[in-house]
Amino acid sequence: MSTEVPARTQAKAASTSRHQMPGRESADRKQVTQGRWASVLLAPTLILLAVVIIYPVVNAIIMSFQKDAGLDTATGFFVQGGAAGFDNYAHWIAQQCNGVACPPGTLGSQFWGAMSTTFFFAIVTVALETVLGFWMAIIMARTFRGRSIVRAAVLVPWAIPTAVTAKLWFFIFAFEGIANKLFGQQILWTGSEWPARWAIIISDVWKTTPFMALLILAGLQLIPDEVYEAAKVDGASAWQRFTQITLPLVRPALMVAILFRMLDALRMFDLPYIMTQGGNNTTTLSILVVDQIRQGFNSAAALSTITFLVIFIVAFIFVRFLGANAVGAATSSGKK
Amino acid sequence: MSAATATATRTAEIPVRHKKYDWGMTRTYIAAAVILIWCLAPFYWMVVTAFRDVGYTFDPTFFFTHVTWDNFATVFDERLGNHFARNLLNSVIVAGITTIVALVVGVFAAYALARLNFRFKFAVMGFILGASMFPGVALVTPLFQLFTSIGWMGTYQALIIPSISFTLPLTVYTLTSFFREMPWELEESARIDGCTQGQAFRKVILPLAAPATFTTAILAFISAWNEFLIASQLSSDATKTVTVAIASFAGSQPHVEPYTAVMAAGTIVTIPLVILVLVFQRKIVAGLTAGAVK
Amino acid sequence: MRNTFSKYAAPLATASVLALALSACGGGSSSGGGGGGDAGSQNLDGRGPITYVQGKDNSNVVRPLVDKWNAAHPNEQVTFKEQSDQADQQHDDLVQHFQAQDANYDVVDVDVIWTAEFAAKGWLQPLKDKLSFDTSAMLPATVKTATYNGTLYAAPQTSDGGLLYYRKDLVPNPPKTWDEMMSMCSIAKQNNISCYAGQFAQYEGLTVNAAEAINTWGGKIVDDSGKAVVNSPESKAGLGKLVDAFKSGNIAQQAITYQEEQSRQAFENGQLLFLRNWPYVYNLAKTDGSSKVKDTFGIAPLPGKSGPGASSLGGHNVAMSVYSKHKATALDFMKFMTSAETEKFYATQGSLAPVLSNLYSDADLTAKLPYLPTLLTSIQNAVPRPVTPFYPAVTKAVEDNAYAALKGDKSVDQALSDMQSALQAAGAK
Repeated sequence: MSTEVPARTQAKAASTSRHQMPGRESADRKQVTQGRWASVLLAPTLILLAVVIIYPVVNAIIMSFQKDAGLDTATGFFVQGGAAGFDNYAHWIAQQCNGVACPPGTLGSQFWGAMSTTFFFAIVTVALETVLGFWMAIIMARTFRGRSIVRAAVLVPWAIPTAVTAKLWFFIFAFEGIANKLFGQQILWTGSEWPARWAIIISDVWKTTPFMALLILAGLQLIPDEVYEAAKVDGASAWQRFTQITLPLVRPALMVAILFRMLDALRMFDLPYIMTQGGNNTTTLSILVVDQIRQGFNSAAALSTITFLVIFIVAFIFVRFLGANAVGAATSSGKK
Repeated sequence: MSAATATATRTAEIPVRHKKYDWGMTRTYIAAAVILIWCLAPFYWMVVTAFRDVGYTFDPTFFFTHVTWDNFATVFDERLGNHFARNLLNSVIVAGITTIVALVVGVFAAYALARLNFRFKFAVMGFILGASMFPGVALVTPLFQLFTSIGWMGTYQALIIPSISFTLPLTVYTLTSFFREMPWELEESARIDGCTQGQAFRKVILPLAAPATFTTAILAFISAWNEFLIASQLSSDATKTVTVAIASFAGSQPHVEPYTAVMAAGTIVTIPLVILVLVFQRKIVAGLTAGAVK
Repeated sequence: MRNTFSKYAAPLATASVLALALSACGGGSSSGGGGGGDAGSQNLDGRGPITYVQGKDNSNVVRPLVDKWNAAHPNEQVTFKEQSDQADQQHDDLVQHFQAQDANYDVVDVDVIWTAEFAAKGWLQPLKDKLSFDTSAMLPATVKTATYNGTLYAAPQTSDGGLLYYRKDLVPNPPKTWDEMMSMCSIAKQNNISCYAGQFAQYEGLTVNAAEAINTWGGKIVDDSGKAVVNSPESKAGLGKLVDAFKSGNIAQQAITYQEEQSRQAFENGQLLFLRNWPYVYNLAKTDGSSKVKDTFGIAPLPGKSGPGASSLGGHNVAMSVYSKHKATALDFMKFMTSAETEKFYATQGSLAPVLSNLYSDADLTAKLPYLPTLLTSIQNAVPRPVTPFYPAVTKAVEDNAYAALKGDKSVDQALSDMQSALQAAGAK
C-alpha cells in the first residue's frame, strides 16, 4: 500500500508543505505527469481568459499611462495627449485637477467618496446576502411538500435581467410608487443619502441572495444525512449541529459564494446607476469609471486599474486570512 | 456514552420527536412562505405592471386593474422594430453555448485543480480569480477594437467568447470547491474493480457531482442570459439578445419611459427560465437518487 | 506562504507581455484623432448605399421615410440601423464606431448636446463648400446647436422646448412671469395641491431646468468662446428663484426626485398646479386613462423675468461621418430628412417638433398639434445648453452643484462658485 497512497492524502501532504520532500522520487515523477495532465486540462480556460479578459485589461493598463486627448484651442480639435506617467493615477488618488483640489461637481472630487460608498455597499449587501442566503438554503434543503416550488421561486429574482430589475425597483421606490403606498409612507427614496442607499441595498439583496442560497444549498447537499443522524444520536443540539457540522462542511462552497459576491459587489454598477444615477452619495467606483469613460478613456483606464488593485487586495486578504481553502490547494478541511 | 444510554436516548426520543416533528414542519412552512413572499412580491408587481394599460402606468393599485395584453403585443410588434422572438432565440443560443462550453472547459480545469498535483496551482487559481476583478465596463472598448480589427463585430462568437470568459472564473471555482469535497475514494475503489480512470470518473464521480454541476450550470446560464454590457455594444440587429432588446424598448414618444412594455418583456424572459429550471431540477434530483452510490 | 502574492503576480506579468505584443498589432486604439485626418476631404462626391443610424424609432416614423427614400433611389439605398432608446447607450455606440473609423455609420442622428463633442473629435464632416447645407429657413437656436467654432457640423432635424402646463380650471390666465406664478401658489394651497414642479432629480433634466433658470435671469453657463462664466449675479438670481421656491414649499419636496415621467404623473394625477415639461405631455395628459386633468389643463410659454422664460433646447441633429464613403448621397439624404415634407411627417406621426419656422403656422399641423404656436415662442426664446466638446463634464458641474443648492446643502453663492471652478476644471483638462 505504501506506493498506493491515496491521491487525496498525497495532494494534501504535498501542498501543505509546498516543498517536495527530498528523496521521494516516485511522488516527484507522479507530479510531473500530473503536471502535464494539468496543463492540458487548464489550457482552454487560461487561453480564453487571456484573450478576452487579460488582453483588454493590459490594454487598459497601458492606456492609463497616456494623457487623455486635450483640446487644441487654436483649431478647436482634440489632439492626442502623449505620455502621462502616473498623472492619471495621481489625479484620482490625490483628487487633483490641474494642480488644484478637484472642485465639487467634477468626477475627480468623488474618488474617495466613491471608494467608501463601494465598500459600504459591498460589506452590507454581502453580509445580508450571506445570512439570508444561508437561511434560505437550510430551509430549501429540508424535505417538505412544495419544496421545488420554493426552489424555483428563489430563482425568480436572479433570473430577471438586471436592467429590468433596476427599472422595477426604481418604479417601486418612486415617491408615488407602490412601496410608499403599501406602507403608507412618504419617503423620498431617491431624494437623500440614506434612503437612496437602503433602496439600493434592498434591491441588490433581493436580486442576488438567490445566488448565495443556491451555492450554499449545493454545498449542503454534499453532506450525507448520516453525519447529522450520528450527531443527533450523540445528543448534539441544533445549534451545535449547525456550528460543528453544517458550517465547516459547507465552508468551501460558502467561501466561493462570498468571494465571488464580494468581487461583484465591489464592481456594482447597474442598480445604483439606474436608480439614482449616482446621486446622493451613491456613486460607486464602477459608476465613476463609466462617467469618466465619457470624458476620456485613459483616465477611466487608470481608475479601472486602481479599482482592480483594490479588489485584488481585498480578494487576497480574503483568500489568505479567511478562506484559504476556497482557493488553496492548501488544505481540504472538508469531510473526513 | 454507553450502548445502554444511547438506546435509551433513542427510545426516549421517539415520542418527543413526534411532537417536535410537527412544530418543525410548521416552522419550515412559515419560513417557506416568508421566502416565497420576499422573492415573489416584487415579481408580482412586475407582472401586474406588465398587464396594465399603458395609460395607467403609474397607477399604484396593488391588484390587477386595467388588464390588457397590449404590452405583450408591443414587445413582439415588428412594425415598431421589435424582433423579440429573434432576440429570445439569440439569447438562447448565446447563453446555451456559453453554458455548455464554460461547463466543459470548467470541469476540465476544476478536475485538474481539485485532483491533480502540480506546480503553480496557487498562481493559476489567482490568475483565474484575477479575471473577475477588473471593472467590466472598462473591458468593452478594447474588446470592441479587437473584434473590429478581426471582423467579428456583430457575430455570435463576439458575444459568446466574452460571455464564456466572464462565466468561467465562477464556474471553475465552484466546481473545484465541490470536486474537492467529493468522496474520491470511491473512484479508487471503482478502479480497483477494473474501471479505467475515465470510466471511474463517468460512472462514479459524475453522478455524485450532478447537483453541484447542475447548480453551476444554472448560475452560468443565468449570468450569460443576463449579460448586457458586451452584448449592447458588440451585437448587431441580427445577434441582439433580449437584455439589449429590452433596454432599447421605447415609449410612444421621446421622454416616455416604456415601463409597461419593459415589465412585459421581463415577465416573458423570466417565466420560461424558471419553468425550465423547475423541470430540469426534478429530473436531475430524480436521476441522482436513482443512481446514487451508497 | 509568504510568496503567494508573487505567485499571483507572475502570470499577470506574463500576460501583460503577451498583450503588449497584441496591442502593438491591434492598432486603432487611439481615441480622438485631431480633425479626422484626411478623412474630411475624401469621398466628397461618393455615391452609393449608406446607413442611417438613429436611436429607437419610437413612433415608427423613420422606417416609412427610409422606405420612401429607397423607392426613389434604387442605387443609393439607405439601411436603417436602430440603436437603443437610451441616450447614454446611443452616445457610447456612436463613440465606439467613430473610434473604429467605421465607414458603415454614414449618417448619424446626434443629440444636440453631443454635436460639439463629436465635431471636436473630428468625427463629423463639416458642412461647407461642396457639402454646404442651407439652414436659413431653420430656427436660429436650433442651428446654433449644430454649429461648432463657426462651422456647421450637422443639420437640425427635430427640436424640443419647455412648456408651462397649468390647470386652467384653477388659473384662468396663465402667469407671464415667474414672480406672478409664485404669487398664484396660494391657489394651489387652497386646493391642497403642490404649486410648481419641473425636473429636479440629479440627472440631465436638472441641467435643463437649472440652465433655464440661469438663462432666464440673464446669466450664462459658458460664453461663446467656451469660457466658464456662470458665477454672476444674474445666475445667482436665477438659481436663487428655484432654491427659494423649494424653501417656501412652492416646489414640493418630492420634486427633488422628479424626472420627466414622475412630474408628468403628478400633474396628470391633479396634484400640481403648474408643471414645466416638454410638449410630449400634451397628448398623454389628454388621452391617458389615468389622467385626471384631460380637459382642465392649458399650456403657456415658460414664465420668465418679465416675459417668456429662456427654455433649454432639446431635439436632435443629423450629421455625416467623416469616414463615410458616399458623402454626396449622405448629404442628399440629410436634406431629405430635414425637408419640409419630412418635418411635417415627423410632427404629425411622431409628435416631433419641426425646426423649420414656417411649419409652426401650418394649418394642418396646428390642428393636429395645438401646442405648436406656444412651442414656437418657447423655441424662439430658447438658449441651447452649452455647446461645448466637454459637455459631459459641463453638465455634471451644473447638475451636482445645482442639486446641492436645491436641497439646501449649499448656499447659492457657494454652489455657483463651485460650479464655476468645476467648469474650469472640465474645460482646461
